[in-house]
Amino acid sequence: MSVRRLHPVQPGSFAFNAENLAWAKAKIAQYPAGKEASAVIPLLWRAQEQNGNWVTKPAIEYVANMLGMAYIRVLEVATFYTMFQLQPVGKVAHIQVCGTTPCMLRGAEDLKKVCQHKIHREQHHVTEDGKFSWEEVECLGACVNAPMVQIFKDTYEDLTPASLEKLIDDLAAGRKVKVGPQTGRHMASPEGGPTSLTDPALYDGQRTFTRVEPPPPPPPPADETKK
Amino acid sequence: MPKIKIDGVELEVENGLTLLQACEQAGAEVPRFCYHERLSIAGNCRMCLVEVKGGPPKPQASCAMSVNDLRPGPNGEPPEVFTKTPMVKKAREGVMEFLLINHPLDCPICDQGGECDLQDQAMAYGVDKNRFHENKRAVENKYLGPLVKTSMNRCIQCTRCVRFTTEVAGIEEMGATGRGEDMEITTYLNKAISSELQGNIIDLCPVGALTSLPYEFKARPWELRKTETIDAMDAVGCNIRVDARGREVMRILPRTHEDVNEEWISDKTRFVWDGLKAQRLDRPYVREFGKLRAATWGEAFQRIAQRMNGVNPDRIGIILGDLVSAEEAFSMRQFADLFGFKNIDCRQDGTPLGERGGRAGYLFNTGIAGIDEADSILLIGANPRLEATVLNARIRKRVTRGGCPVSVIGEQADLTYGYSYLGAGPETLTKFIDAAQATGAKPMVIVGQGALARADGPQVLAAAYKAAEKLGAIKDGWNGFNVLHTAAGRVGALDVCALPSLEGGRTTRQMLEAAKAGELDILFLIGADEIDTLALGSTFVVYVGTHGDAGAHRADVILAGAAYVEKQATYVNTEGRPQLTERASFPPGEAREDWAIFRALSEALGRALPWNNLEELRAAMYKVAPQLMRIDQRTPAPMGGLADLGKAEGAMSAEPFRSPITDFYMTNPIARASRIMAECSALKNVQKLEAAE
Repeated sequence: MSVRRLHPVQPGSFAFNAENLAWAKAKIAQYPAGKEASAVIPLLWRAQEQNGNWVTKPAIEYVANMLGMAYIRVLEVATFYTMFQLQPVGKVAHIQVCGTTPCMLRGAEDLKKVCQHKIHREQHHVTEDGKFSWEEVECLGACVNAPMVQIFKDTYEDLTPASLEKLIDDLAAGRKVKVGPQTGRHMASPEGGPTSLTDPALYDGQRTFTRVEPPPPPPPPADETKK
Repeated sequence: MPKIKIDGVELEVENGLTLLQACEQAGAEVPRFCYHERLSIAGNCRMCLVEVKGGPPKPQASCAMSVNDLRPGPNGEPPEVFTKTPMVKKAREGVMEFLLINHPLDCPICDQGGECDLQDQAMAYGVDKNRFHENKRAVENKYLGPLVKTSMNRCIQCTRCVRFTTEVAGIEEMGATGRGEDMEITTYLNKAISSELQGNIIDLCPVGALTSLPYEFKARPWELRKTETIDAMDAVGCNIRVDARGREVMRILPRTHEDVNEEWISDKTRFVWDGLKAQRLDRPYVREFGKLRAATWGEAFQRIAQRMNGVNPDRIGIILGDLVSAEEAFSMRQFADLFGFKNIDCRQDGTPLGERGGRAGYLFNTGIAGIDEADSILLIGANPRLEATVLNARIRKRVTRGGCPVSVIGEQADLTYGYSYLGAGPETLTKFIDAAQATGAKPMVIVGQGALARADGPQVLAAAYKAAEKLGAIKDGWNGFNVLHTAAGRVGALDVCALPSLEGGRTTRQMLEAAKAGELDILFLIGADEIDTLALGSTFVVYVGTHGDAGAHRADVILAGAAYVEKQATYVNTEGRPQLTERASFPPGEAREDWAIFRALSEALGRALPWNNLEELRAAMYKVAPQLMRIDQRTPAPMGGLADLGKAEGAMSAEPFRSPITDFYMTNPIARASRIMAECSALKNVQKLEAAE
């Protein structure tokens, strides 16, 4: 992580579109009167989505005005959470490579090299065609399927340098890509298929279970001192 | 009242106290950076760790844990707190080591050096070596305006400045962006802070991250001579400490006075010191052939004596300015009596205060501390944010505690707290009186000078009194009728009755009209610069003051006086509390203390005032106004005569109330001579323009 500042080039204005505005109003209404500021994170996030996946200065001020907060308070939130991008990101994909220990041990370093090679040497730089950017992030909570990347709201897991390269190529070409594990593994189930609970009878309703109560604990030894 | 044992000493403490406060009561010293009595609790510096028995088995931040959080022992023995055990020592050393990881070792070039909490506590609680060999982090300096210099490498993120500006000053402009190692204290996109109390964050900062920009690299704390004195920039009477090196005032800091300024002072109070060095009148001047020429005291007095020879005393006037002390006002009063002048007035802004209603008619009767008890506040023609900044912070404190609605009749200004706006002028006031009902036990009415310094002042004062009466603000044990003064010297001058003679004496307004019409031959301006000095016709003007301001430009004879930090004098604040100033430096050149000038002048005119030193002068003054003898004590004024206020006949004009202060930083000759104040004023105008867009 590094110092997070607003991007030097900022658009002139920001306003929610009609759909998001209605959504935001409903969101604010979820909180009691006087606690509207609680909606700052959902609103900022929605603003980020509407605005090409990055948060602008006008968006911060728009959200602040909407919630009756001081600008600095919204800026604090926007700079605190790394899920808010403060600079423009790739239009097709902003690849967030998990670099925390499990992913690192399983080859996240190589994934970073792929990004450096295919996108830009530095993080947070958009390619010339404006399609891609990448950054290293902390744990995204998919350690079972390490290494993995997140692109906007979807995760792509069990990656190898080759499969990440293919993923980027597919995205660039506009081909449909598969979300989740890239190895044919089913979600977070064991690699190479299940190793336990493999009896098909478990699943056809044939086997029944009877509950076996454990024996009651022995009575505590009589305490001599209490008498 | 829970019992608690601190370092083996058992004591009973109040409910809700923090462990840190309990430790202080037990006499155990606990180091801290982020904790401050007057701010909310953050608990982020971790320096105040203590060991507790009856709580979690780890070092506890004592500022963030209540005495009620601890459990008694199995046999009901009180919970124990230890501040001197090896565990605590180790914890403090660890915290200190972490704090110093990123703190630069630039004490020799740091303005905080010598009065730095981190320096002191590193000496007392730290270890002597550092195990951190990586690079220290570097943080960009931030722009906070012309008063506060930042050196953000030194910041330890205690967030005292953020909490002060948000909670006390009432402006949400500072914050902490980023997180972890990259956390930075900043304003929103490096905008200057807009508060008039921002200088206090310099005092609050426990390290050298926020220091005084005008004082930058000027002096070291150990070379300064510290003088405890009283501020004269507004009528609050803030307690200050003036630090001087040699004859030069280097800076002004607040002192704690719970009933007056707590521990805050406004920026004008704090940064006006460079005005004490500029534009000073350092010798007498006389006007010859249209030009002012330096003169000796003898020449100046002779010139006045010549001019006064044979002039009818009724054609001589005296106007006292905002910064005159009680002694000076008393001297001038006696001077006027001695020579039979009827025209003397201490109210250069033209208010009717002091004419009716006795002493209670011009005091802030509840006292400043009384604001804490009020349960509703009505502001009439007052903008306390500009007129009495520290007092405004007190109102804000009361309002944020809840249960004290504020209503305003007058200007709709940003007071840093919410209020219900009733209207702009006398019409609203009349309507308000008709509808007003007694509410609550301790309602408060605050009348500003903006409502009184006008031709219909007596009527407005009467209306304000009626409003207070109908609100039930005037009753036994609670006099909620308050006049908010803007001039430091006004209450003192009113206390010694520096008012026009009842037998045909002219008020300021009448004197100015008379001067214009050529009916006034001689006018003494005692530091009075806030009048229209260019419209005095051919009157012979004698100016006694400190700065080459409006009065001096018009004067025919100038007598150079001493500023408020250069003399021993009594200033009475708006609540009627007399306080003594001390001499922190000397008046420049041949300038003299004002009371001595008046004494010498009276002798040169043939009849000497009957005192030879300040003690004799004060003894005479105490006979007239014995309440001035009780230094730092508020003598409540009797309410009996207050009803007189309501008897003023006549109608109010429809003109809306306007605060007398349009530019906070330019209210008196000292402030107008100050470059720092000029810079602040210019910046404020830019901010106003931006806000208007």
